[in-house]
Amino acid sequence: MSGAESAASPKQDFEKALDQSDTSVASFDTKEKSFLDRIQHFLHGNPTMVPVIVLLASVVVFGLLAGSRFFSPFNLSLIIQQVSIIGILAAAQSLIILTAGIDLSVAAIMVLMSVISGKLAVEMGVPAPLALLVAFVGGTAAGIMNGLLVTRIKLPPFIVTLGTWNIFFALNLWLSGAQSIRSQDIDSAAPLLKFFGNNIALGSARLTYGSILMVVVFVALWYMLNKTAWGRHVYAIGDDKEAAELAGIRTDRTLVSVYALAGFVCAIGAWASIGRVGSVSPQSFYEGNLQSITAVVIGGISLFGGRGSIMGALFGALIVGVFQSGLRLAGVDVLWQVFAIGWLIIIAVAIDQWIRKVSA
Amino acid sequence: MNPAVEPVLKARGLVKRYGRVTALNNADFDLYPGEILAVIGDNGAGKSSLIKAISGATNVDEGKMWLDGKPFHFNSPLEAREAGIETVYQNLALSPALSIADNMFMGREIRRSGVMGSMFKMLDNKEMQRIAREKLNELGLMTIQNINQAVETLSGGQRQGVAVARAAAFGSRVVILDEPTAALGVKESRKVLELIQDVRSRGMPIVLISHNMPHVFEVADRIHVHRLGRRLCTINPKDYTMSDAVAFMTGAQEPPAEAVAA
Ligand SMILES: Nc1ncnc2c1ncn2[C@@H]1O[C@H](COP(=O)(O)OP(=O)(O)O)[C@@H](O)[C@H]1O
Ligand SMILES: [Mg+2]
Repeated sequence: MSGAESAASPKQDFEKALDQSDTSVASFDTKEKSFLDRIQHFLHGNPTMVPVIVLLASVVVFGLLAGSRFFSPFNLSLIIQQVSIIGILAAAQSLIILTAGIDLSVAAIMVLMSVISGKLAVEMGVPAPLALLVAFVGGTAAGIMNGLLVTRIKLPPFIVTLGTWNIFFALNLWLSGAQSIRSQDIDSAAPLLKFFGNNIALGSARLTYGSILMVVVFVALWYMLNKTAWGRHVYAIGDDKEAAELAGIRTDRTLVSVYALAGFVCAIGAWASIGRVGSVSPQSFYEGNLQSITAVVIGGISLFGGRGSIMGALFGALIVGVFQSGLRLAGVDVLWQVFAIGWLIIIAVAIDQWIRKVSA
Repeated sequence: MNPAVEPVLKARGLVKRYGRVTALNNADFDLYPGEILAVIGDNGAGKSSLIKAISGATNVDEGKMWLDGKPFHFNSPLEAREAGIETVYQNLALSPALSIADNMFMGREIRRSGVMGSMFKMLDNKEMQRIAREKLNELGLMTIQNINQAVETLSGGQRQGVAVARAAAFGSRVVILDEPTAALGVKESRKVLELIQDVRSRGMPIVLISHNMPHVFEVADRIHVHRLGRRLCTINPKDYTMSDAVAFMTGAQEPPAEAVAA
């Protein structure tokens, strides 16, 4: 135990001797708290509030700046559509970051699996459902490979996934010969691959199946993380792996399951991405790894693990989409969009650090 | 102790090295049924290493251990726990960002009954919160207002209370406590000592590691003195004074031959 704690104990003893002193000390405490302290405590208990507030504020600001073009149902549904693939990758990324890891390979797994399913279904005549099944198994296997390297060989997740990012990307180029599979070839051979490109028209809004899929993925993972024992264990491991192990959690097994699930979610993203892009493109989403991390960080999930809600990553992805759309419609050069996202990342992490310093 | 009685836990010749540090140097250990065994020793004597070896938290380099006369070797704290051995580690092993209830049920969560539990694996948070509240009440730790409070927002004493309550609530064979009163105030320490005696009255043996001589002499049936990585001697608190015990553990005085043989 630390010196500070033992030094504090005689005072506690003294207080305990007076029967009612506990409550009066507690109420004195709350009066002492400043407004800022209260905000800090509130955010500590509700980590998703920051991205929600930023999202709402940015929607209002860009609405004022860009007017009805921004606020049109068409544009809002377009934003959701545009962030859907990065959103799904951010969901996978959130799982890993909650365990205090990082996954640089999510987009590489996704693109590799889209190439595999495209090759099989379009060029080799394998039935589309079977081709997709292979992609799901492949994505999960890629995740398990990351997980085993992290837990068995005990390498840092950053290094493991930096390595597998390159490996998966090279495999992708080798399998595809760096050639895209054209949209019309998919349409004639395996239209199922483009299923998530379909949309539902609601007035002028175009809600693609891919957008709906993104929301479904987030809701399902939110349930697993918040309503099941497995989810508690994921948070505990990210919080303090050694403590979780001592408390009786099979930490390595849980970690491998997290990486496997992330790989599976990347394969879901692979299917959705074919619909979104319209073709199978081995060169697409090259920046997807870092964009997914951006969404997670802006969504208030701590890079140190164990804190934040996966829903934050959904809001984070939407914030990025709103900024890009709003700035574009306001006629701001692309480079300033990048500039703004950069500041968002830094501010989000600074806020996370501040929330984590909450005192008892 | 009666040599005819089989120890619940027995260890012989435990060796644990951390690089060039030898934390356990041929250490022996015996815990008999129904007793409170105190383990005392200087900082760095290897007390925590000893209980970590027993509870599966570390692998020893050498040595043998027996549970109820059967050789055992736990590869993880989970295996020890499944055998009924609950441990409060010195660093408490709590997840700071998770709630009190989450921590108490970590690794043994209760699921909802029916389809929601079996199919969808949904946790029964209400039930876990109810039991957690009950256990903390028994410990007199209800200065905690909210069972869903994150553990990191608790005081050091309250955290220790949560860890002790968890072990006492779920231990079925042996309860091991590594310095459980180190951060506690007088009143809270008293509660923990009462709880220890409570657990013993259920017939469960307890290992209590403590620096607090009055506590040790108040509750212990036997005292295991640990020095330089090994058991120096075992003494009966009725036969020796606190200053004798301190003299043994610091090396100021040689222990009597019969205590060493025990
Ligand atoms: N994980 C570890 N890595 C390296 N050295 C350790 C580790 N754990 C304990 N030690 C060393 O082993 C010795 C015994 O430590 P410990 O069992 O914690 O003693 P005690 O609990 O009696 O204070 C000390 O010298 C300590 O520094
Ligand atoms: Mg110790």
